[in-house]
Amino acid sequence: MLKIENLTKRYPTGDLALNGVSLEVAKGEVVALIGPSGAGKSTLIRTINRLVEPTSGRILLNGVNLPSLGSRALRRARRTIGMIFQEFALVERLTVMENVLSGQLGYVSFWRSLIRKFPQSIIDEAFRLLERVGLEEFYDKRADALSGGQRQRVGIARALLQNPEILLVDEPTASLDPKTSRQIMRLITELTSERGLGAIINIHDVPLAMLFVKRIVGLRQGEIVYDGDPDGLTSERLTDIYGEEDWTATVRKKGSDQEEEDNGEENDDDLPQAAMSLSRREAAGRQAGRK
Amino acid sequence: MTGEARISRRWKKAPFIQNPRLRWAIYIGAAVYLVLAIASVEVNWTRIVDGIPRGIKFVGAFFTPDFVSRWDDIYEGFVESLSITGASTVLGLLISIPIGLGAARNISPLPVYLVCRSIIAVSRAFQEIIIAILFVAMFGFGPFAGVMTLSFTTIGFISKLLAEDIEDVDKEQVEAIRATGSSWLQLMNYAIQPQVAPRLVGLAMYRLDINFRESAIIGIVGAGGIGATLTTAFDRYEFESAAAILLIIIVIVMGAEYASGYVRNKLT
Repeated sequence: MLKIENLTKRYPTGDLALNGVSLEVAKGEVVALIGPSGAGKSTLIRTINRLVEPTSGRILLNGVNLPSLGSRALRRARRTIGMIFQEFALVERLTVMENVLSGQLGYVSFWRSLIRKFPQSIIDEAFRLLERVGLEEFYDKRADALSGGQRQRVGIARALLQNPEILLVDEPTASLDPKTSRQIMRLITELTSERGLGAIINIHDVPLAMLFVKRIVGLRQGEIVYDGDPDGLTSERLTDIYGEEDWTATVRKKGSDQEEEDNGEENDDDLPQAAMSLSRREAAGRQAGRK
Repeated sequence: MTGEARISRRWKKAPFIQNPRLRWAIYIGAAVYLVLAIASVEVNWTRIVDGIPRGIKFVGAFFTPDFVSRWDDIYEGFVESLSITGASTVLGLLISIPIGLGAARNISPLPVYLVCRSIIAVSRAFQEIIIAILFVAMFGFGPFAGVMTLSFTTIGFISKLLAEDIEDVDKEQVEAIRATGSSWLQLMNYAIQPQVAPRLVGLAMYRLDINFRESAIIGIVGAGGIGATLTTAFDRYEFESAAAILLIIIVIVMGAEYASGYVRNKLT
């Protein structure tokens, strides 16, 4: 569905951020993009929806070459690409509902968006999504009144209201505590599988990526140096991506991760309702499976 | 650590100008300039002595301000000044917003940016009085020249500060709205406006305040308002009426100051 061919980005400063990257993401496939700071992860996902203009190369989304689009066609293409940000990027002085509805801006006229008169079907869908991410009571709160995890849930709902075909996720957990990080990663991966969405997730936290994502791509200095499943990420591979370091604590030991995950679920008392019942169900299911 | 064996190292903050010769040259040069400058001021002591009683009389007039004998002129002057203030602030603000958007480099293309920045530079280049003299010559005496003058100077003020505020907005919030496939106008409405609106309201209130004070001054060169009444009072040595006008100006400016502070607190 998404096919990147020989993508290169050189910034005006002369820095080569991407050096001939080729990557294919199938429909419904979730890819975690790992690599050290400055490896070009952020640049890569931003060239896809052209928040950053690529220097050369092709980006085919369902056969349409994105870098060649004019501004009107680009706006239409952007509607189908949802984006989730590290610092959540909610418009702080707007309400939760306005933030979620802004996911529809590419579909409604300026006048409708100005007077905040969105079609009822869209408002229904926005409420459904808020409920799904566990924030149904928060719709009229201002975005800056929410906690980090709650803001990221609103960011997820906004991206999904675009009814996207692919999600670009830029460090979704880097501003969150470890537990919230897991909840957010779980929510994102669940939603992608529910909706058959493809996703590229930039992530610093390698163990977290290995826990939730089946395909890992390693980027170093603008080039792909690893593309495979989490089990293949050995100490040598991690050294390829990040450089020399003692990786024994990071590399997956067969079977140990699942239990560790369940232990993290024991006291989910401060979770929003929907997410809580969800993770309980999940944990219960897994325990039943093990017996 | 061998405490006693250590020789304590002296430390002094490094001087701002490293080269000692240059440093002392600048100090001595500044002192010489100051002495020469003070010596060059010609003070006419007899004129000052003559003026002291007049000054005392004027200050004394503040204790016996006369609101009554020129009340009709004063009233008319203030109504005119307040109309000039309101009209010029609203008109100036309406023109300033598009120019401010155009002058923000992060949302406008380079040609638009350069044109808008030039308009701002022209508006800011001249002091109100000079523009008032020009507009009085163009449109004749009266409040219309005053409204034009203050609208014109409001553009430079609001557009510049608005543009700078827009250039400082959170880039991620703009990216997020742009990534949804929004149009330029929607981007303004959803990403820019919420971030700059409180400051814009604050600037407008502040400018209202400035425009009122300026409207009193440009009246002196014939652009209407309370300034004309004030100069007339001074010309006739009616210090009690002049004091009354100044007292009313003070009250109105303080009221505006208080009101704008209140509104800005409410909006964050």
